Amino acid sequence: MNPPIITVDNLGKAYRLGHQEEPYPNFREALVGLAKAPLRRFQQLSGRSSEGLFWALDDVSFEINRGEVVGLIGRNGAGKSTLLKILSRITMPTTGRAVLRGRVASLLEVGTGFHPELSGRENIYLNGSILGMRKAEIDRKFDEIVAFAEVEQFLDTPVKRYSSGMYVRLAFAVAAHLEPEILIVDEVLAVGDAQFQKKCLGKMQEVSSGDGRTVLFVSHNMAAVTELCQRALLFRDGQTVSAGPTAKVVDQYLQNGNTDVAHLYEPEVDPDRDASLISASIQDSCGESVPIVRFGEPWSVVTSWNVRRPSPLASASLRVFDLSGRLILVSNTIGLPKTFFESAGVFDVKCSFPVNVLRPGQYFLTIGLWVRGRGAIDEHERCISFHVSDVPHDPEYVYTAVGDPAAVSPTDWTLVESKTPALTGEC
Amino acid sequence: MTDGIATTDQLAPASDARYSPIDTPASKASSATADLAAEVVIEPKSGWIAVDFRELWNFHELLWFLVWRDVKVRYKQTVLGVAWAVLVPVLSVTIFTVIFGNFAGLKETLPPQLVASYPVYVYAGLLPWLFFSNAISLGGQSLVNQRQLLTKIYFPRLFVPTATVTGGLVDMALSFGVFLVLMAIYGVRPAPMISLLPLLVVLAWAASLGIAYTLSALTVTYRDFRFVIPFMVQAWQFLSPVVYPTNIVPERYQYLYALNPLVGIIEGFRCAIFGMPMPWGLIGVSALSTAVLFVYGLFYFRKTERRFADIA
Repeated sequence: MNPPIITVDNLGKAYRLGHQEEPYPNFREALVGLAKAPLRRFQQLSGRSSEGLFWALDDVSFEINRGEVVGLIGRNGAGKSTLLKILSRITMPTTGRAVLRGRVASLLEVGTGFHPELSGRENIYLNGSILGMRKAEIDRKFDEIVAFAEVEQFLDTPVKRYSSGMYVRLAFAVAAHLEPEILIVDEVLAVGDAQFQKKCLGKMQEVSSGDGRTVLFVSHNMAAVTELCQRALLFRDGQTVSAGPTAKVVDQYLQNGNTDVAHLYEPEVDPDRDASLISASIQDSCGESVPIVRFGEPWSVVTSWNVRRPSPLASASLRVFDLSGRLILVSNTIGLPKTFFESAGVFDVKCSFPVNVLRPGQYFLTIGLWVRGRGAIDEHERCISFHVSDVPHDPEYVYTAVGDPAAVSPTDWTLVESKTPALTGEC
Repeated sequence: MTDGIATTDQLAPASDARYSPIDTPASKASSATADLAAEVVIEPKSGWIAVDFRELWNFHELLWFLVWRDVKVRYKQTVLGVAWAVLVPVLSVTIFTVIFGNFAGLKETLPPQLVASYPVYVYAGLLPWLFFSNAISLGGQSLVNQRQLLTKIYFPRLFVPTATVTGGLVDMALSFGVFLVLMAIYGVRPAPMISLLPLLVVLAWAASLGIAYTLSALTVTYRDFRFVIPFMVQAWQFLSPVVYPTNIVPERYQYLYALNPLVGIIEGFRCAIFGMPMPWGLIGVSALSTAVLFVYGLFYFRKTERRFADIA
């Protein structure tokens, strides 16, 4: 069995909270500190120095095999970035050990070392070289990088005159053409337009699946993590709290992560209500309960109801809100020929969306049961959260590429009438 | 399971089989990486850290890119561009010649053939001095100015001050061109000894590096140190024979005086250009103190380097 390409043993990083290692220590304080040095040494010996330490990363161990694509997820400040900084050798760990068996390239920021005064061409060389490429390597890939970034006409323009989109494209294009054995990527896809983000994700996928490269990927975009990674590590307060198949770990994160809502909802049933919700979930086209719906694919919401007293007038309703709280989509059973609540019992009701018209992003679902003119029988506000994947199932599916609309829908275009000859201005 | 993941799942075992710790796949990627260390161990280190020359060599292309960037950027958005590298020494020579040549009475201490070509004499001292003073003030600030880079990517940190100092050599070469013109105007014929100049330039470079390493590491740790640097440069100028000849310092203190590397370097420059006997004693002492400054700077930098990203 080959040794893992990355081995991390009890890795930890502590920052001192006291004034000894503040971000901007000054010389005067250092002189004072020097005078106090003997005392401090004594304090260290007596074990007092561990006070006021903040462990950004605390006793983390894991192994990663060659060719694996691993997602690191967790809230801000959970230790993901600290780990990446240690593995990139930017900062030194306080405890533990990590062994990397292969060439590492890290991408913690897009366009590190870009100089605004230099031209696109010059920055490609400078940035490539900073990221660890040889000049010969950059020469060889130069045309490919330029084509990927789509900046051919502006190669000799200083990058300070670039639009922010062009800047990011160029910067990512250089990074995307690195050929390391281990690629470390921090949340860098948060910048750039949706279309380019997809291109980058595609390129990264190519990197990992094509050449068996190992990728460590930090992102808050659960759709991207699920799309790219086979395995994920969940971080909380500097420690790994969970590791395993991505879907499972992402699920755990979404359940008690920053949203506090999951794609599966099972409220306590109120026995006094005429009817109440037992459970609700989001399902993909195969009927699997999922946290992420793929853009463009069919999906459904399955709700389970306990009906104590028949309510033939009741209608179920679904409301989809986006992250900023806008109501995006509503569907209900009003006016439908069938009614679901005519007799007492437990019923499963499925609402199918034949095609997903939601653009990629995170959404919340409000589920309710209403009787016209009487108000709500049962209502659960934003009880479910789900994501729509950034990457379309079909790479040719380009609805989000045309200006990022709020929603997209399949449409039918036909030729109604053809007039010959063409109309001219003469008549 | 999504399609994308299924594909990578299928590929992962296949690639496992292709890899082994000894032979890497025969792709372009591995040929580029073959000469880099195959295994990197990351663990806490304390105390003095040795200089990793192998790594410096692996990254040597980056050093040239950084030097090239520094030089390019320095002249990019200035009206006069490269002319500055010429103007600064010419203006300094004019000022020094007028003030010190006419009022300070320093000319009396000089041999007559130097008095006739006083501006050449002054310029000979200014060449290494301007290089040195620029190198340590820009080099001393280099890490702070590049902190964006320090916190985002790994590369040998030593390259930051090294590139800044080395970029100054380009300025020096340009002003040397002006110097040749000045020599022609004053009819100073280059002596064969002028071929020793590269040696003195290397000495000046090493001294500047040693001090830039120390100052840049100090400045990144103690931000108020950058206010100290200008004063240091000024004081250093008075301690160096920039506007006055070395012989105003009493004979018995000469070697003590030469502990300032600039003494041997500037005096060496002047002697080499005017074809006077080389002051090997002074140069030897200055070379020795340069070596000490360089090694100290190098190791002080290495010792503090590991904290740069945390405090930058």
